[in-house]
Amino acid sequence: MDPAELLAAYEQMAVIRRTEKAAHDLFLQGLVKGTTHLAAGHEAIAVGASAALRPDDYVFATYRGHHHAMARGATPEECLAELMSRATGLCKAKGGSMHLTKAATGMLGSYAIVGAHLPMAAGAAWSARLRGTEQIAVAFFGDGATNIGAFHEALNLAAVWKLPVLFVCENNLYMEYTPIADVTAVPRPAADRAPAYGIPGEVVDGNDVVAVQEAVARFAGRARAGDGPALLEAETYRHFGHSRADPATYRPAEEVERWLKRDPLDLARGRLVAMGVSQAVVSEADDRATAVVQKAVEAAKAGPAPDPREALSDVWADGGAAWRT
Amino acid sequence: MADVISYREAVAEGIAREMRRDPTVVCLGEDIGEAGGVFKTTVGLRKEFGPERVWDTPISEQAIVGAAMGAAMTGMRPVAEIMFSDFLACCWDYLANEIPKVRYMTGGQVTVPLVVRTANGGGLGFGAQHSQATENWAFTIPGLKIAAPATPADVIGMMAAAIRSDDPVVFFEHKALLATKGATPPPDHVVELGRAAVVRAGADVTLVALASMVPVALKAADVLAREGIEAEVVDLRCLVPLDMSTVLASLGRTSRLVTVEENPYQGGWGATVVSVVADEGFALLDAPVRRVAGECVPLPFADALEEEVIPTVDKVVAAVRGLAAY
Ligand SMILES: Cc1ncc(C[n+]2csc(CCOP(=O)(O)OP(=O)(O)O)c2C)c(N)n1
Repeated sequence: MDPAELLAAYEQMAVIRRTEKAAHDLFLQGLVKGTTHLAAGHEAIAVGASAALRPDDYVFATYRGHHHAMARGATPEECLAELMSRATGLCKAKGGSMHLTKAATGMLGSYAIVGAHLPMAAGAAWSARLRGTEQIAVAFFGDGATNIGAFHEALNLAAVWKLPVLFVCENNLYMEYTPIADVTAVPRPAADRAPAYGIPGEVVDGNDVVAVQEAVARFAGRARAGDGPALLEAETYRHFGHSRADPATYRPAEEVERWLKRDPLDLARGRLVAMGVSQAVVSEADDRATAVVQKAVEAAKAGPAPDPREALSDVWADGGAAWRT
Repeated sequence: MADVISYREAVAEGIAREMRRDPTVVCLGEDIGEAGGVFKTTVGLRKEFGPERVWDTPISEQAIVGAAMGAAMTGMRPVAEIMFSDFLACCWDYLANEIPKVRYMTGGQVTVPLVVRTANGGGLGFGAQHSQATENWAFTIPGLKIAAPATPADVIGMMAAAIRSDDPVVFFEHKALLATKGATPPPDHVVELGRAAVVRAGADVTLVALASMVPVALKAADVLAREGIEAEVVDLRCLVPLDMSTVLASLGRTSRLVTVEENPYQGGWGATVVSVVADEGFALLDAPVRRVAGECVPLPFADALEEEVIPTVDKVVAAVRGLAAY
């Protein structure tokens, strides 16, 4: 990344971080119901990967997917309005935090059944190949998903069919509350499995937006050239618990502290300064991010509630939900 | 094309007609390519359309249906085969949680125009894990369309409608019907999903049946006719959309209702049909309703045991006789 690209990536991460903070605050104010799975700490993976993708590439994410939705073109306002059950939400308030989708920009959904979307990403890649579009598909998933059958079925299918798909594991060391190391037979839950499917596997610093961008660009180029899938394991850490209900007391304080020192925004800021970008320029980016999110919060709050009749639309392609003729 | 076609051949013919018409139709499944499918329902497709449109998969039911879903979301019309309907359980997440919900939970942003085809039902002595009639599993899930044709012409016509549907369709091909034969329908024969057919007219009782139970109901009607009881037989053809107007109209003529279903009584689709009748057509009834359905056990192996469990002509005749005397 050149300084301008890195600054743009930094600003995008800053917007995502602030939007998540806003989501957290709105939850505490009772304006967001259900639960949220914040991705604070994971921003560099979504933003770095997106910087390496074409605008028409497909992305599939998990319930911890605010960062992916925004990195792939969903606005903070659309996302927050969805969380706040507004008709103006990304999915008309039918999805919620766990199901942010923006099909128009190739963000083909966030899936809350662990690992379910990996075969879908393989299928989207298969479709791209059949249509000859040179698009690729990317599936982002957690370390916990690597022990699900769908993970293994998707990897094998993608490998034997040589599909243009990247599997990107966000290894934040924990599934919900259990350390992934306690329940996985190999030390690297994703990368160590790649040889079993005859595809490249690599570990990358998931808190370094430049490292992620470079690795994804390399594997994306390979996939686009027809050389098949790859498995990237991005090491990272979540700043909060698994979900809103989880204070994450099971994590050793020393471990938390060590990882918080490796905040992806701080790392990017350090890189910018090292490249000669002034602190003042970086602060301006922070200010712009703050302003964008503040405006988004107000606009989202002002959105109308959904019409209850909307509950009976959108099951079928004709818009309705009738199961009888 | 011959004038007469088997149900088995009709499956491949129905798919082939759509593949010729629409280049986005592609097939995937275990052994469907050179091998032509374990039930020989995809014979000739690989030869005509090549490996880029007819894909052999690993034994990976989740990947088959999950990949079909991803492809359907991005511009293709995949037709996925799950070899035996019992194996739908291996990819149940996709049928229960992913495919039917994605359109709704994205606020209508994404459509999933795919077909999952599968060989359903008993009668061939395959034992409990290869014989279940499972259309009632799918029937519990809002968001799936369910087709279950009983004749070769319907296989072709409903396959066309299923593949052209912008909504996901689970297409049940009945194993016990594969060898049956019927007239080859003309080119561009399409049977709209959700239109039941009155396949025999009668004034005394309505028999509502699906798939392999349609010929059972028709044979029962022949037996009953010799006793002076005229049964009207309705082939539902689809469970979703469910054509209750045809059922209610028939009931208006006969005032007596028997559902004939192969899936277990417990949770079977017949329960929904009779509950709608009780709700909306109670005044049409002159007698209680009867459900002839599978026993609530896994399907046993031996012929004699299988017959004990699955509805037979005799069981249907007995149920109707009881009602006619009511
Ligand atoms: C199939 C399935 N099993 C269990 C759950 C409950 N669950 C939700 S998130 C989660 C942990 C997932 O961990 P990981 O894949 O590492 O993702 P992370 O939350 O760390 O991003 C579990 C067990 C689920 N949603 N789906």
